Amino acid sequence: MKSKKVTVPQRKQKPGAYIKRYWQLYALLALPMLYLLIFKYIPMVYIQIAFKKYSIVQSVWEMPLAANHGFEYFIKAFSNKDFILALRNTIMLNLLDLVVGFPAPIIFALILNELCFKKFKRVVQTIAYMPHFLSWIIIYGLALQLFAPTNGLINMWITSMGFEPIPFLNESKHWVGTYVGLGVWQNFGWGSIVYLASIAGISPELYEAASVDGAGRFKKMWHITLPGIKPTIVTLLVMNLGGILGSGFDRPFALQNTIVRDVAEVISTYVYKVGIRGLQFSLTTAIGLFQSIVCVFFLLLSNWLARRLGERGIW
Amino acid sequence: MKVKSTSAKIGDWAFVILCVLVSIICILPMINLLARSLSATDALVKHEVYLWPKGWNISAYQMVLSDMKYIRAFVWTAILTVICTVVSLTMTTLCAYPLIFEKLKGRSAINIFITLTMFFNAGTIPNYLLMKSLHLMNTPWVLIIPGCMSVYNMIIMRSFFYGIPDSLRESAEIDGASFFRILLSIYLPLSKPVLATLALFYAVGRWNGYSDALMYISNPDYYPLQLLLYNILNSINTVEVATQEGFSSPGLSEALKAAIVMFSTVPILMVYPWLQKYFIHGVTLGAVKE
Repeated sequence: MKSKKVTVPQRKQKPGAYIKRYWQLYALLALPMLYLLIFKYIPMVYIQIAFKKYSIVQSVWEMPLAANHGFEYFIKAFSNKDFILALRNTIMLNLLDLVVGFPAPIIFALILNELCFKKFKRVVQTIAYMPHFLSWIIIYGLALQLFAPTNGLINMWITSMGFEPIPFLNESKHWVGTYVGLGVWQNFGWGSIVYLASIAGISPELYEAASVDGAGRFKKMWHITLPGIKPTIVTLLVMNLGGILGSGFDRPFALQNTIVRDVAEVISTYVYKVGIRGLQFSLTTAIGLFQSIVCVFFLLLSNWLARRLGERGIW
Repeated sequence: MKVKSTSAKIGDWAFVILCVLVSIICILPMINLLARSLSATDALVKHEVYLWPKGWNISAYQMVLSDMKYIRAFVWTAILTVICTVVSLTMTTLCAYPLIFEKLKGRSAINIFITLTMFFNAGTIPNYLLMKSLHLMNTPWVLIIPGCMSVYNMIIMRSFFYGIPDSLRESAEIDGASFFRILLSIYLPLSKPVLATLALFYAVGRWNGYSDALMYISNPDYYPLQLLLYNILNSINTVEVATQEGFSSPGLSEALKAAIVMFSTVPILMVYPWLQKYFIHGVTLGAVKE
């Protein structure tokens, strides 16, 4: 005779007892969940505006479908010269940030790691973290004082040495350099924190063994430190690649001006100007949706790549 | 005790010099700003101010301190920052604490619900329309509520909570303490480092943020400091600021801009060095995967 499999656990907790014990946790979670629902999920309802003809008097559900099976605004966006320009600029600036800005914190962490004076190292760190705490408006203010064509500090130095002043902020090519440079300036110190923590996790025995074998400073850096922090580098690279089409708003908006619009207008600032200031809601929602989807796609892609290359990726 | 060779010592000093140079690049703009804010008008107009004030003069600071518009924005932003920090810390704790209990039913579903918001953002316009339909536009609430919890910061706090030994919690549970009680008398007292870190992150975020005000607020009374600063910096040229603010000389308005930027920066520069050892830990927690 086959015995029936026991599916009921020995001591089954009564649902009443569970609720009595755990209701407090659900009560604590209620407010944050409500917040996420309202401010992160409900906006998704409005995404359908991208496929509809926006009207101020109708609710989102009642608005009529846009032409071309609802894709009118996507077609419009991609035939719009200004949007294409913003798209190009976003990719260009993000790529430059990646190429120049991504290695900077790694290099700085490697340099800091070579310092053997503990107090001095702390002071350097404190100073290097400072720019991260400044708002982009303040950095813009600082940049004006430094880079203004006639009365900026750098240009005063340049002209006093007999050279022509450099239009750091008022000429497209130079502006791109300034934008990327300020990004590095703002982030290299802060970005190094993660790498320093990662370096601290490398076993000191490895260094000692290498020293015994006669490895010099740079050999150790190359063969021990860099491989040791490689997982961290890959994780952050994946996240950065995922954001290649994303764009913050604060930095480009604060730094841009009308003279350099051809390189400085990015998707986020374009959406602000055309959408919120220009009230073209359907068009800019479509652009935003395109951007979000591409972001998710890039994140998945770069994570997949990282895993293919034998790293852990971000999940 | 290791004995270092001469070449190794030279190497050490080379790195020290490199670090000194990097530090100089970091603080040079601040020194230049400070020098300008303290300089005499004609020295500024004649482009004579480099890194040291010329013709000491604190009238720019006096001017800022007597400008009600500026003081108002400063105080308003300070109040806003305090409120936002307290609200955000509360929300973050409320969200992070229950999630460390493995027995909580629906925990994984809740985690997915939370994590998804990190990967997919509805976009600028849907958010804008939401604020509109909630009637938050042009109210101070719009600067507090929509940003009142960052999922990223919540994950940092949760990682910290995970680091607190379960045995502490379990012994309290055996003693019959409620979960709420355990949060208040075990977790929060042990979490000062992470609370300090997140308080700094939230406070800096609010103090430095301006895009929400730019998009959702049109009443200048509610402008946070950074937005006011942006408008001041972008007034076409110094002469315009001078006339607008009722100052006669362009040199002074130069110094005035510098003084205003200085004023808006100082509060944060006063705070962050003291919290350094905490936030280093916090950032590292955020980067650690589960």
